[in-house]
Amino acid sequence: MSDSTLPYGSAQLEVRFRGGGFSPIPHRWMGALVFVVLIIFIEWGTRAGFISALTLPRPSDVLATFGELWDSGLLFRHLGPSLSRLVVGAALGASLGIGVGILIGLFSYIRAGLGPLVAAIFPIPKIALLPLFVIWFGIGEGSKYALIAFGTFTPTVVATYGAVDNVDRSLIRMGQSFGLSWLSIVRKIVLPGAMPGILSGLRISLAIAIILLVAAEMLGAQYGIGAYILEAGSLYDLERLFAGVVILSLLGVLTSGAIAMIERRMLDWRV
Amino acid sequence: MDIRLEGISHSYDDTEVLRGIDMDVPSGRIVCLVGPSGCGKSTLLRFIGGLERPTQGRVLQLGTPPEGCLNPLTFVFQDFALLPWRSVHGNISLVLEDHRIRGAAAKRIIADVLARTKLSEFAWALPRQLSGGMKQRVAIARALAVNPAVMLMDEPLSALDSQTRALLMDDLITLWERQPFTAVYVTHNLTEAVRLGHRIVVLSRRPGSIREIVEIDEPLSERGSAGAELERKLQHLWDLMRDDARAADKELLGV
Repeated sequence: MSDSTLPYGSAQLEVRFRGGGFSPIPHRWMGALVFVVLIIFIEWGTRAGFISALTLPRPSDVLATFGELWDSGLLFRHLGPSLSRLVVGAALGASLGIGVGILIGLFSYIRAGLGPLVAAIFPIPKIALLPLFVIWFGIGEGSKYALIAFGTFTPTVVATYGAVDNVDRSLIRMGQSFGLSWLSIVRKIVLPGAMPGILSGLRISLAIAIILLVAAEMLGAQYGIGAYILEAGSLYDLERLFAGVVILSLLGVLTSGAIAMIERRMLDWRV
Repeated sequence: MDIRLEGISHSYDDTEVLRGIDMDVPSGRIVCLVGPSGCGKSTLLRFIGGLERPTQGRVLQLGTPPEGCLNPLTFVFQDFALLPWRSVHGNISLVLEDHRIRGAAAKRIIADVLARTKLSEFAWALPRQLSGGMKQRVAIARALAVNPAVMLMDEPLSALDSQTRALLMDDLITLWERQPFTAVYVTHNLTEAVRLGHRIVVLSRRPGSIREIVEIDEPLSERGSAGAELERKLQHLWDLMRDDARAADKELLGV
């Protein structure tokens, strides 16, 4: 009973809680809230006049521009070619990247040979090579595919061979100890084990593909979100510029959501 | 099928790990390898299983493996080594697929080994849903599935808490009694060795060499009550190892 504390008189103190924190807890609404607050603030600022029309476009005007794009059907005339460039380019770059990354991860000779080459290619701003690609692949779609493919290739390679390196060696030893063939070990142990790393690499590569979309549409593109943004930019038409930027950013959110979905399905075995 | 080790010596770079090991693993018996940490007992096991090569000496398989044996030398690892993306069933079928055992035949084998390890209800569970003891039972079931001639057990109970360890030890004894298997069992736990081993090989500290081979004749099933004889053997083993263990503990890790 409480009698037991009596002899201590006032010398009793509840232990102060000092643990907790340092572990992220998901708060879904928080991200949306930040967006909403920011947009309301800009809207209010531009209406009140302390943000001038040249500094930032009014969000409601951007929305109106977006509405016009939708109504006139221009949205899909821009979105169509851009999406096909993105899909073809990123698919080419990512699949080549995963293939080469796995080869580098598995074979020491290929690693020794291609590792430095990949390291040399990685930091090149791919935009700088656009003229070269135009000469190689023509001013049409070829050069655009090539630029996006090249841009997604290098980060995918690096992520993939890193992922292969990180596959638990004790699982590979296990496979060997049961007499599994080399191909079985690669197919059933190395590839699934590398999948988490490959997918998180893909997240970055696809973001880079979207970034490069604008660069790819700098030359020889009449339609496309990138072309639309570049045209608006050169005219200092901030509403249209922002409408285009918002589309790209939505595209980014969508692809990262798609990868998250794939991760949930394929990597449900993770803790 | 018996295993014979002839003059095994091994060194990594300048560090001599094992020196002149000669021993026999008779079929149908459990041979325990004990020794202070770093004495090379796990390395020796990997030599027997062909996962590493000794710098000197050789490991021989004497006789032919029994009928229906898919993988004569089969490991059970300390860290279980289960594929986290495959269910219990999938982890066992993994080692059958390469022998072209699929469909009904695979199902029969898997059902049999799951029943022997009391895992039948958990066939479709993923490793992350299982406790440590269950994971090791899955690994043992997987090893049984290939019908090994010799089981190579590398501290199979060391990653488990002591209650689970006791339970699993009983399970291993039951398994052996129902169908005697040959095993090389590496452990640093002398109680485990005395409980499971028909023959206990005591290794000295690095460079590991055989210090003594202790035979225990008492049947596995009668060892539970820890008679005076077993107690004496345990004490004897500890006397053999105490100084080495103390010295090994003070060694700087070179390897």
